[in-house]
This record gives sequence, C-alpha cells and structure tokens, in this order.
Amino acid sequence: MVNLEGKGGMKREGQRSLLEKAIEIILFVGALSSIIIVFLIIAYMSLEAYPALNLDFLLGWFWDPKKEMFGIFQIIVSTLYVGVGAILITTAIGVPTAIFLAEFCPRNVRNVIKPSIELLVGIPTIVLGFFGLMVVIPFIRDNFGGWGTSVLAGWMILAIMSLPHVISISEDALRAVPNSYKEAALALGATRWQTVKKVLLPYAKTGILASVLLALGRVMGETMAVTMVIGNPRVAWIPTSILDRAKVLTSTILLDWSYVEIPSMHYHSLFGIGLVLFFIVALIDVTATYMVKRGVIK
Amino acid sequence: MIGAQKEELIIKIILWIVSLISVSSFFVIFLYMFINGSRVISLEFLTTAPNPIFWTGGIFPQIIGSLYLVALCTVIAAPLGILTAIYLSEYAVDNLITKIARFFIVTLAGIPTIVIGLFGLAFLAYRLNLGISLFSAGVALSFLTIPWTITVSEEAMRAVPKEYREAALALGATRWQTTWHIVLKTAAPWIMTGILLGIGKALGETTIPLMCGGSGLETFIPRSLFEPVGSLPVYTFIFATQGNVSSAYDRAFGGSLVLILMFLLISVSSLIIRNRYQKKMRT
Repeated sequence: MVNLEGKGGMKREGQRSLLEKAIEIILFVGALSSIIIVFLIIAYMSLEAYPALNLDFLLGWFWDPKKEMFGIFQIIVSTLYVGVGAILITTAIGVPTAIFLAEFCPRNVRNVIKPSIELLVGIPTIVLGFFGLMVVIPFIRDNFGGWGTSVLAGWMILAIMSLPHVISISEDALRAVPNSYKEAALALGATRWQTVKKVLLPYAKTGILASVLLALGRVMGETMAVTMVIGNPRVAWIPTSILDRAKVLTSTILLDWSYVEIPSMHYHSLFGIGLVLFFIVALIDVTATYMVKRGVIK
Repeated sequence: MIGAQKEELIIKIILWIVSLISVSSFFVIFLYMFINGSRVISLEFLTTAPNPIFWTGGIFPQIIGSLYLVALCTVIAAPLGILTAIYLSEYAVDNLITKIARFFIVTLAGIPTIVIGLFGLAFLAYRLNLGISLFSAGVALSFLTIPWTITVSEEAMRAVPKEYREAALALGATRWQTTWHIVLKTAAPWIMTGILLGIGKALGETTIPLMCGGSGLETFIPRSLFEPVGSLPVYTFIFATQGNVSSAYDRAFGGSLVLILMFLLISVSSLIIRNRYQKKMRT
C-alpha cells in the first residue's frame, strides 16, 4: 500500500522494502533445501561407500558376505529382472484399463472406479507385502511348486503396487488428447477402437511411456513388499526360473544391515549398493521427466 | 467393415475383462484384510501395548507413535515445501538456479526409501548422534514428503489466475502481500489436499521408521524426541515376518487393517476438501 503521509510514511516504506528483501531471502534459502538434502545424501553415501567402490564391486559376480565377496552384478541383474517383469505385467493390465476408463467405460462405472484407483496410489506397501506373504506365496507353493517365495510372487505384488500409478497417469494422458482429433476420426467412420489405436494411443504415447518408466523406478526402489515375498537367498544369484528365489538391491541392504559389522567392507558395500540404486532410479526418473517435458512442448 | 465391428466387439470384451481383473485385485486385497483384520480389532487391541514375548497385546503405542512421526514429518516438510513452492512459482524467474532446484526436486522425489533410511540411520542416528529415535525418523520421513509438498503447492499456486495477482499489485500491494493474501489464500485448499496426501504417504512408509525409528515393538509412547518410536507399519512388518505363530499373524492383520483405515480416512478427507472447494470456486 502506498503511503502518502510524508516522512513517517517514507520510513515505513523503507522498512517494508527491507521486509520484502528479507522474505525473498528466506524463500530462496527454503528453495535451496531440496538441493542441500540431495547433496547431503549423495555426499554422505559416497563417503561411506568409497572404500567399496571399484570395478570388482560393480562387475563382481559373487555376493557372499561370509566369504568377504562383495560383487553386486548378479544383484543388479536380479533387480532389473524383477523390476522389468513386474512393469511388463503392470503395462499389460494397466494400459488397457486406462483405455477402458478413458473411452469405453460407462460414465457411472467410471465415477466409481476412477476415484478408488486414485485413492490407491499411495496404499501402504507393507499391506501388499503382507497380502503376498499370506496369500500369493502359499498359492504359488501349492500350485506351481517351489518355495513360494519367488520372482513370480515379487512380480505379482509389485505389479499390483504400481497399477494405480500407471492407470491414473495413462488415463490422464489419453484424456489430454484434444477432442477434435477424436471427433474427426469418428466422423470419418472409424470405430472407437480404431480411433483409440490410430489417434489416441499415438498421441498419448509419451505420457503413457513416462508413466511406465516412473513406475519402473518406483518398483526397483521398493523395499518392503519385495523383501517379504522375494525369498532373499544369502548368496546372490541370477534367477533361472520365475519360481526361483532372488536377491534384489533393496532387500540386500535391509536384510544385511541387521548383521553387518561397523565398519567393514560389508558395511561400505551396503552404502555402495544404496548409491548404485540411487543412480539407477534417478536415471530412470530424470529420463521420464525429460520425456514428459519434451512431449508437452511437441 | 464387418471385420472392424467384430474387432471392436472383441476388444471391448478384452478391455472389460482386463479392467475387471485390475480393479478387482484391490477389492480382493481390501476384503481379505478387512475380513481377517476385523476379527482382531477390539477396544483392548486398540488401547493396550504389545507383548513382544508372546506375540500378543495391542497396538496403542504404535498408533500414537505413527501419529507422532507423521506430525513431526509434516511440521518439517510443510513449511519447507511451501516456501520452496512460493519461491519457484511467485518469486523466481526461470533461470539456472530454478532449473537446478527443479532437477534436484525430481531427484529427491525419486530417491528410494531404503536409501533415505540408510542415510537416516548412518548419518542422523549414528553420525549426528540423534539415536534411533522419533526425531531421526521424522526428519528422514520429511525427505520423502518435501518434494511431494513442493510439487503440489506449486501446481496449486500456478493455478491461481494471473488477474488476481495483477489486481493486487495494481492496488499497490507488495509482492509478499500479494502472495500472502491473494495467492496463498486462494490456493490453500489445494495445498491442504497435497499435504494430507503427503501425510498418507508418510503414514504408510515402513522402511524409514524401521531403519531409524525403532523396532516397532515398543511398549511405550516416546516421551521425548530422542526416544525410539513404534509405528504401525513397522509393527505389522515385524509381527508378519518374525512372529511365525497364529497370534502374531492375527495381530499383523489387525495392524494392517488399522493402517488401511487411517490411510483411507486421510485420503478421503483430502478428496472431500478438494471437491468442496472446487464447487465453491465454480459458484
């Protein structure tokens, strides 16, 4: 508010602009907080991981803490195996569901399903893991043999976990297609499915792919649900069948932590795993974000 | 054209079936948890402390502990997140610094919880000597919700029409007055919704409180910030994986159901707030 009362007013004006400056500085410092936190995490993790970081760690074949062998190559491959498999299931179920919700679903059915899926986006993963433990694992054990704890169980639980994300974001992407495009196709005599296939999906491709990538990052970084159903053998191996148990990056940190000696090579290696996991997930996330931005500009 | 119509029909049937599978998977889980959990939940279960020796008892300290954790996390994350969002949406021009800040916000949002947990344990709890405590876990949890709060708040503020700001500025309001009285006030319900969803996220998080908060079996409510704290997800995890007796599984069901109900309560109330204000804005 401009003050027109002479000297006193001028003074208050000065104070006010000082206040404005102070606020701007506070805001700026606040905005730096994320940068500081990320730096702190990376710096500290690197510091602790440093003694373990070498090629033997990244490309080493064997992980066996009892024999002082800390190679995580097989764990990385297992992580990708579990993560990508789960995401393929999610995509196979989630994208058709998104298409259904966006195009084929009766309005009143959609009004029930859409909000409930949005509610499920943040569902505590411990609940899913527990469900896997009590239902999925016995089911696999009884019907397919093996231990029950397996890559397959991991796929199922992780797929369920990431479904709401993929459905929700993909549906938004499909709905973002301008109506005129859709109407033009329909007016040309295309059926609904032809419209979806030739117009909607190509247009929404980037958004859907980004949602799938983001889900992949989340799935590979997920700890609780995976640890409960995946089996976690003490020695790492690349699972040969989907009924095999597996050891992934997250579960290795969580479970090995309970008996690690501080400090030891094992301890440093766990931080190394954390760092590797961080970079894998960050790479996926940044790619997805970049894709979305480019898609929007296009 | 008959081919196309047939294709359409087949696709429609497939889509119905696939959607039914994906949606019903959640209903199955909810139903399963509800049926098994509701047998366990009683007044006694909700108001007594667990007995970790016989895997019996209730979850009172865990409920309170979870609420403490979430409260501490929100007290840290909400102001920081909103400050950052104000800076990004109202003050900063698009320059190198904001680009870097945004990049780091995306990165922070993507950090796996196990990494945050490991950092919280090794740095906050051991290096800074804060101990395995309510404080360490609350701070680590806030790392999880800060980026979320920023994104939601920024979106909310950007949705405020430009005319509002211009009108305020034209009346001689300073930038901060405009932000405080106009932008924040208009965006408040949406920011509130975002913070509530962040609370839901923090509430269900297991790894971080497990690594830097406590064992989940605590029989007491923390009296200071630097005491270990039990929380519902950790309790459920420990009872589900370590108990191996039916009373432990029962209690894990009870814990899951209480957790789900708390989570749904938060999510539904955030939806209600949003819808209410959306209607208000329209009229």
